[in-house]
Amino acid sequence: MKITEELIDKLANLARLEFQGSEKAAIREDIERMVGFIEKLNEVNTEGVLPLTHIHAEPIPLREDRVVEEVSHEQALKNAPDHDSDYFRVPRVLDKDN
Amino acid sequence: MLDYRAVIGLEIHAQLLTKSKIFSKDSAAYGGEPNHYISPVSLGHPGTLPVVNQACVEHAVLTGLALGCEITRENLFARKNYFYADLPKGYQVSQDKTPVCTGGGIRIRKSDGSDKWVRIHRIHMEEDSGKSIHDQDPFHTLVDLNRAGVGLIEIVSEADIADAEEAMAYLGEIRKIVRYIGICDGNMEEGSLRCDANISVMKQDAKVWGTKVEVKNMNSISNVGRAINYEIARQIELLEKGEVIRQQTRTWDASKGATVSMRDKESAHDYRYFPEPDLPLLVITDTYIDRVRLKLPKLPHELYAEYTREMKLPEQDAVILTENRQFAEYFSALVSEGIGPKAAANWCLGSVRSWLNAQALSIEHYPLSPSALSKIIMLVEEGKVSNTIARDKLLPLVLESPNANPIEIAQQAGWILEVAGDALGELIASVLEKFPQKVEEFRSGKTGLLGFFVGQVMQASAGKYDPKVINQEVQKKLSDS
Repeated sequence: MKITEELIDKLANLARLEFQGSEKAAIREDIERMVGFIEKLNEVNTEGVLPLTHIHAEPIPLREDRVVEEVSHEQALKNAPDHDSDYFRVPRVLDKDN
Repeated sequence: MLDYRAVIGLEIHAQLLTKSKIFSKDSAAYGGEPNHYISPVSLGHPGTLPVVNQACVEHAVLTGLALGCEITRENLFARKNYFYADLPKGYQVSQDKTPVCTGGGIRIRKSDGSDKWVRIHRIHMEEDSGKSIHDQDPFHTLVDLNRAGVGLIEIVSEADIADAEEAMAYLGEIRKIVRYIGICDGNMEEGSLRCDANISVMKQDAKVWGTKVEVKNMNSISNVGRAINYEIARQIELLEKGEVIRQQTRTWDASKGATVSMRDKESAHDYRYFPEPDLPLLVITDTYIDRVRLKLPKLPHELYAEYTREMKLPEQDAVILTENRQFAEYFSALVSEGIGPKAAANWCLGSVRSWLNAQALSIEHYPLSPSALSKIIMLVEEGKVSNTIARDKLLPLVLESPNANPIEIAQQAGWILEVAGDALGELIASVLEKFPQKVEEFRSGKTGLLGFFVGQVMQASAGKYDPKVINQEVQKKLSDS
């Protein structure tokens, strides 16, 4: 698969990363190698083989619906780059587009 | 409009009524102080791992059973990736390829009396995001993560809905069901029930659906109706002008009464779903489903059938009685106390409902238990107290002191009706003696005079007898001699 510059730009945008000049060429080569590896795997005939999503087959353990306070309000805010006494503070955003 | 028809599907997010969040132990309550219901998991701290709350799975399965869905046995969670400040991990844990429920549907009733089956496409489990506040600080967005990680189910309908009325009826039915089964409080103003609509229009005879537009942020059933009507009209107008409809996400602006573009398809998201590596397969067994099925209460349509077919109540009465599970249960309890269904329905839809409306309270707050109310109704049924006295005088007194014995109150107030006997016989005789002329006229065929005699006897007896009894006795007396 040809990794184009447009694709790099799209992926970078989705990952909120920025690549300048030679960085962009380097990441393009990296991604080409990664995609090449997957393409190699795709050559294997997997018809009738169920996808393996987890390496162990143990089913999920469930938790009782019980409230436990693990961290306090103050602890929660403490490590944030910016906050006031109530909220986390982030640069202003408007479009909630999810 | 006549040349066109609309194709509508709804996506309903229902916040699950659990104590703790779906993947962590912090409280899932609404309305806490900002950033107090949080945990390392819901804050998205590195190295933390999610553990599924069994109550969320149970709620999702219960919903699927109530809506007649197929329950998926092997469930995977998936990451839906996007960046937003109130989504601390940078992804939402959701379900992609294996929604917990598929198929099923619900019958809606339309205003013309007809009904329609609306199919469910799928129901999946996911976590809610936090809340962003944009209008408190001019330079920052403030983030509250109390809601981050609260369990949700998303109920996706098939595009079976044809207009605003059907959409509102469908949403109303879904809200009724989630409340009946107790998995969601259905409060659209507080956002515990949220609805998005996918709307497209096409010519009546067209084979291919039109381009769909998604409308968000309609926070009440009536806004869903308004937004759909607006959007259908907008799309038809564009088509009539020969313009194309752009695939868009639009937001409903209730103050403008219009939908406004949020983003075009070109800037649509690429969520890059992939299986959540931190959560292994969730297996739902037949035994588990059978156990959850036992928790299913009688559903509104089942109660409706019972009330109209077995109890022979009018349809309109049955609709109102089943609007709310607790109200229906109160009515059913009255009937179990031995009150006839029609009388029980009249009391519930009359005195009880008007008291609740006046106080703006729900039936859980009604001061009288079904058994206490049945004592009052019984007095009427047995002819001991007149219906009017019971409703207008006795009931208000008992409502004020719910522990009082209604019979004692009625006795003290002198509201107990005398039973027919010699005293009544003599009273009637004396009245008839006073009006020999009228008695003559009655006997020669002027039967309309019966009311006159009953009125005279009632007056003479100062309301001590049930009018029904007087009526019977007067008739008897007039035909006797």
